[in-house]
Amino acid sequence: MLLIECPYCGVKAEETELSPGYEAHLKRFGPGSTDEEFEAYMFARKNPKGVHFERWRHAYGCGKWFLAARCTATLEVFGTYPAQVGEPPADIIEKIKARRPDWKGYK
Amino acid sequence: MKRYSVFAIAREALRYHTGWERAWRSPQPKKEYDAIIVGAGGHGLATAYYLGKNHGITNVAIIEKGWLGGGNTGRNTTIIRSNYLQDSSAAIYEKARSLYETMSQDLNYNVMFSPRGVMMLAQTHHEVRGYLRTAHANKLQGVETEFITPQRVKELCPILNIDGPRYPVLGALWQPRGGTGRHDAVAWGYARACSAMGMDIIQQCEVKGVRSENGVVKGVETTKGYIGCKKLGIVVAGHSGQVADMAGFRLPVEAVALQALVSEPIKPCMDVVVMANTVHGYMSQSDKGEMVIGGGTDGFNNYTQRGSFHHIEETLRALIETFPMISRLKMLRQWGGIVDMTGDRSPIISKTPLGNCFINCGWGTGGFKAIPGSGWAMADLMAKGEPGPLAAEFDMWRFKEGRFIDESVAAGVAH
Repeated sequence: MLLIECPYCGVKAEETELSPGYEAHLKRFGPGSTDEEFEAYMFARKNPKGVHFERWRHAYGCGKWFLAARCTATLEVFGTYPAQVGEPPADIIEKIKARRPDWKGYK
Repeated sequence: MKRYSVFAIAREALRYHTGWERAWRSPQPKKEYDAIIVGAGGHGLATAYYLGKNHGITNVAIIEKGWLGGGNTGRNTTIIRSNYLQDSSAAIYEKARSLYETMSQDLNYNVMFSPRGVMMLAQTHHEVRGYLRTAHANKLQGVETEFITPQRVKELCPILNIDGPRYPVLGALWQPRGGTGRHDAVAWGYARACSAMGMDIIQQCEVKGVRSENGVVKGVETTKGYIGCKKLGIVVAGHSGQVADMAGFRLPVEAVALQALVSEPIKPCMDVVVMANTVHGYMSQSDKGEMVIGGGTDGFNNYTQRGSFHHIEETLRALIETFPMISRLKMLRQWGGIVDMTGDRSPIISKTPLGNCFINCGWGTGGFKAIPGSGWAMADLMAKGEPGPLAAEFDMWRFKEGRFIDESVAAGVAH
């Protein structure tokens, strides 16, 4: 079972307390965008085997959306951070690099 | 290849079974092939088989990271059905189901296809309307299904509790010619037939890179060295995104874990397959007597072949309500497989941005039932370079163009 710490209320929540929300930091496209942009936004996920940035909601706790860095190959959680950021914060990137020296980086 | 028959058994019985030969060869890879299929699961082996049988292309290698049939082909709940709503889905799944009927004779390998009937319970009024609509659609598509009453459900499956407290059974979509098959035997049978046609099945050979020049694939880098090819077929289910990444394009798929489990063996108590989609659980009884149970997918990306325990708990809670007699049953084994889910929950059988590279993926939670049809359509696509009628609508560009084959809406869950 996954244990993920909510960055808002600090509770180390079990998976049953959380709702998963798939890939984080998606660039959203609105009316007037091209078919390619809509496809990228709606369907073309990175789906990596390894470090993945994703959305979670502390559904049965404080109710807030937050973001997490997690390895999809081992289920290791590197860290969590508030959702109001455009890309992963530097301390999370450092934590991942310490654990995965061959990681190619965010992007 | 020596044929399997009753005479072969008699002959071998008289000579201490010393005459059986290996079912398939384990050759070293050649320098180049006319076609390479990545992935020796059911879909990959079926693709190779129909390339040889229907199109006469036998200079083929099927390369496999692990062992053949060791991925989702050996991890599913072996259900075969074709009661889909959308025309293009019904066509390919019905093709597959009909090929299963004659597969044992075709491959000279007993795949134990058992057309015992599949029922999908309707436990809400919404589901009743949905299945009535599917039954009408199936009539037009030539797929034999009918909507049956709760009393008929009880007759077909006496251990079912039709007046449960939360979700009484209001009817069911019944496909009498659906059923189950022996999943390993499907892979083994295709492998044996492919090997007999002269194809090379190369196991424990992982693809590490795809070499291409000017938009044309030249070959693949593997753990057993570089292998050249004129055509490449990627049929790797859960790891489709990884191999597509090596080839330089992105797929609209996400990998998640799907779980299944079996109980201790008990005496025969149900001879149909029952799917309960509202409460989400499905169950059938294997020939060994185990209850084979399928659960749900996790809601997060996962490549570990292990799912979350609470999904098992939810599945069993649902099934105990539906089948009260299993409440004291012990579960023997539980496992997970990595399924590649597309946005519309329909598969991709498609050309790719690379001219001679083709992909077959996105079967999500419902791949086993489709194996022969999928292989048939993929072989057609690889041989001709253009999709035939079965694969025409399953291209990967439908997501850009908004031509969804929306089984996620049509089938709900447990698809």
